Amino acid sequence: MTLIRVLDHLPALPEVVLLAGACAVMIADLYVKDEAKRVTVGLAQAVLLLCAAATLFVAWGGGGARFYIFNGLFVSDLLSHLLKLVSYIAVSAALVYSRQYLADRGLLRGEFITLLLFSLLGMMVMMSANSFLTLYLGLELMSLCLYALVALNRDSAQSTEAAMKYFVLGALSSGLLLYGMSMIYGATGTLQLDEVAAHTARLAALPADHRFLVFGLVFIVAGLAFKIGVVPFHMWIPDVYHGAPTPVTLIISSGPKLAAFAMAYRLLVDGLPQLAADWQQMLALLAILSIALGNITAIAQANLKRMLAYSAIAHMGFMLLGLLSGVVEGNALNAEQAYSASLFYMIVYAIMSVGAFGMLLYLSRAGFDCENLEDMRGLNRRSPWYAFLMMVLMFSLAGVPPTAGFYAKLAVFQSAVAAGHLWLAVAAVLFSLIGAYYYLRVVKLMYFDEPRETAPVAGGLGVRGLLSANGLVLLLFGILPQPLMSLCFVAVALR
Amino acid sequence: MYLSLAIWIPIVAGLLVLAAGERPAARWTALAGALAGFLVTIPLYSGFELHSAAFQFEEKTPWIESFNINYHLGVDGISVLFVLLNSFITVLVVIAGWTVVETKLSQYYAAFLVMSGLLNGVFSALDAVLFYVFFEATLIPMFIIIGVWGGPNRVYAAVKFFLYTLFGSLLMLIAMLYLYNKSGGSFAIADWHKLPLGLPVQVLLFFGFLFAFAVKVPMWPVHTWLPDAHTEAPTGGSVVLAAILLKLGAYGFVRFTLPILPDASRHLAWLMIALSLVAIAYIGLVTLVQTDMKKLIAYSSISHMGFVTLGFFVFNAYGVEGGLVQMISHGFVSAALFLCIGVMYDRMHTRLIGDYGGVVNSMPKFASFMMLFAMANSGLPGTSGFVGEFMVIMGAMKSSFWLAFVAASTLVLGAAYTLWMYKRVIFGAVANEHVASLQDLNAREFVVLAALAAAVLFMGVYPLPFTEVMHTSVNELLKHVALPKT
Repeated sequence: MTLIRVLDHLPALPEVVLLAGACAVMIADLYVKDEAKRVTVGLAQAVLLLCAAATLFVAWGGGGARFYIFNGLFVSDLLSHLLKLVSYIAVSAALVYSRQYLADRGLLRGEFITLLLFSLLGMMVMMSANSFLTLYLGLELMSLCLYALVALNRDSAQSTEAAMKYFVLGALSSGLLLYGMSMIYGATGTLQLDEVAAHTARLAALPADHRFLVFGLVFIVAGLAFKIGVVPFHMWIPDVYHGAPTPVTLIISSGPKLAAFAMAYRLLVDGLPQLAADWQQMLALLAILSIALGNITAIAQANLKRMLAYSAIAHMGFMLLGLLSGVVEGNALNAEQAYSASLFYMIVYAIMSVGAFGMLLYLSRAGFDCENLEDMRGLNRRSPWYAFLMMVLMFSLAGVPPTAGFYAKLAVFQSAVAAGHLWLAVAAVLFSLIGAYYYLRVVKLMYFDEPRETAPVAGGLGVRGLLSANGLVLLLFGILPQPLMSLCFVAVALR
Repeated sequence: MYLSLAIWIPIVAGLLVLAAGERPAARWTALAGALAGFLVTIPLYSGFELHSAAFQFEEKTPWIESFNINYHLGVDGISVLFVLLNSFITVLVVIAGWTVVETKLSQYYAAFLVMSGLLNGVFSALDAVLFYVFFEATLIPMFIIIGVWGGPNRVYAAVKFFLYTLFGSLLMLIAMLYLYNKSGGSFAIADWHKLPLGLPVQVLLFFGFLFAFAVKVPMWPVHTWLPDAHTEAPTGGSVVLAAILLKLGAYGFVRFTLPILPDASRHLAWLMIALSLVAIAYIGLVTLVQTDMKKLIAYSSISHMGFVTLGFFVFNAYGVEGGLVQMISHGFVSAALFLCIGVMYDRMHTRLIGDYGGVVNSMPKFASFMMLFAMANSGLPGTSGFVGEFMVIMGAMKSSFWLAFVAASTLVLGAAYTLWMYKRVIFGAVANEHVASLQDLNAREFVVLAALAAAVLFMGVYPLPFTEVMHTSVNELLKHVALPKT
């Protein structure tokens, strides 16, 4: 009897492993001396490896099927597995990239690692949430850890200010989200997303109830827009990206974005497909505003972290293009293509973002933070290989073939055109041209200008290997994008 | 097989050169790669079936199944010569840069070799996305070439080049996606040729493609990036830019615009012809007043490319074939002229006409070569420049006398600006002691210029080997364009 109970809950194994592992790391860290913190990092990596094994095991055992456990609070499907695996990689890469940086600044403390693992747990819960409650639980677990992480460098006024902003706006957006959820709950009488979908199918036909649902939907979309970071709910992004220590920026720009995507997917596509026509309009506006404002404002930035923050806003806009193109007038023929395009975009974006911030961390040294555009000057003279990798990253962010970023854009543009949003696609394309300018500027600084300093670029073997792999994988996916695309398609299509 | 080799041998060689770093081996690897890349294109010509309009040497493997995108290569009479031309020019560029480039030699060669492979890809891609990927990817090496090894204003020129061309191609991407959805999920260019489309849709798509190709050609008024890019690019960069990259736009017109959108092409032919004539006549006048030799040749390229687009949009065999011949000939002649300027620039480090004078006294061999290329540029009979221009004027004549009349003004203008420049640079009194102490061509430069001179003369005297290849494909294209699609 007990054994069966345990087996029933097996799909939550990755979360259980991570929770146990994070606690173990937290306790073990107490016995690790400050100068030997790499042991804790190693332990955390081991935990991540175990999580990956657990996820693969669950995915393999489940055979692509969908499991609801904990009375429907928690769902385990291919989408969640895929997103979780990418988040492990992102977090693991974050640990590799940031160890030296943090150690140089005396920030490599146990709490960084523990908070990181717990925030990952929050992301995983979000990715597997099938109820408003679980979703909110995961969101808060993730966010609270991130607030603390942003303030990691507590002596820095800039960091604390950023953390404060992040916290206040994050709390506000959580409030909006909760308010919207309560509206939907009031209308449907259930918190579970699949049941919400079933109820709204009935309610959306009645004008009065439909209006009520849309009222709730507005708040949900606003809350989501805050978390994803799209215009006009984007104000926190540049400040937090800029103010947080670079390792934390790296983390915020990868895993939580994936989790926010999962949240949007679960809430809108899984939970409220009947209101697609309504949320598509809202997303269209958010998307085009983000693409426009993100790309234009990024040009004015002299700080690379800020520039990448605005670029993140623009990229989230592109991702929304796919999300909003799924259903056309009740016809969901292209839905799987469109949603998988968004998913593909998110994963490629996560890889690019981790790589770009990883490069900033790699180029920083004790007492010197590489975070201004000027710091990239003449990198080709100092290290041709890393200049080349950074060039690949920049061209991929700009969406120039043959890099993975191009196929991500191709896929979302294709879904937008297929859904008949031709003018949306044209506008997005024109703004991505504007966007190309500031990525190009980084390449220009690296290749065409003389270096200010001639210090050779140096780092550990792990960092160098991972950074190279990170850049090359974008080229690899640029030449052979099919495997990842298929994976995304299967994750979305197999329900 | 040959096409894949023509694409990938230079690219792999480029990566090897990059890996070799600043060792002498880098040069020889580059030369070996370029030569091997050229050799594998020869069977494309010798094995070409003249009487077939079908795509030959086809290769097709599924690439991105999610979007039904194939790695689909093949050449017809229109594209095969460009693959050869490109591979040939690459060899010359590698030789020409042998001792001239001082900084980051391996990166320089790697960029050229990679670009050569990508350009072969553009000319042989039969899948629209594959075409687009190659088309766009060429921007990256060219951006680096201009920006790293270029002149004083290189950064401005490189960024301008990149953004202009990217703007055009992004609109083309949307047009391609539209056609993909319209054709029920196919990116095969041949499928799009058969796709029925209404005139209003054709017109919109026409403009979508027009921006991409017009910027590349470049047509007036989107030509302003070219003089900047040319002036600031290193010699090799200018050669590839003029000889090959400019052909991408014109090639796009015959591969995409004419066959996919025949009705819109006929409907808007007046616009294209007008723009071409402006390029021929107005840019010809602009060319006259240039004081920088590279800028002068750059503007003359725009004027010559105006001939090409004019030939395409008069819709007869003389015009289209003349346009294609003009593209090949311009590939030889402009490459040669830029190399000539490079030869002088390497010695004098100036490109201003005013700094020269009486070069013939110290460089007689060089002066004779440049004489030939200057004549070819002004379209003298017996040189390759004459064949294409003559055919296009004949084609235009069939359409209207006045069209031909304006087009023929280039014969006067072309002679005026090229020969006037030649006179000021080569003849006259020796301008200064720098000119007096110039060394004549060394063996390396001699080989490069001699190869081009042979090509120019051969094509001028006996153009049949070039035209017979295109004949069947061009006729097929014209038959296709004549049929309404709506």
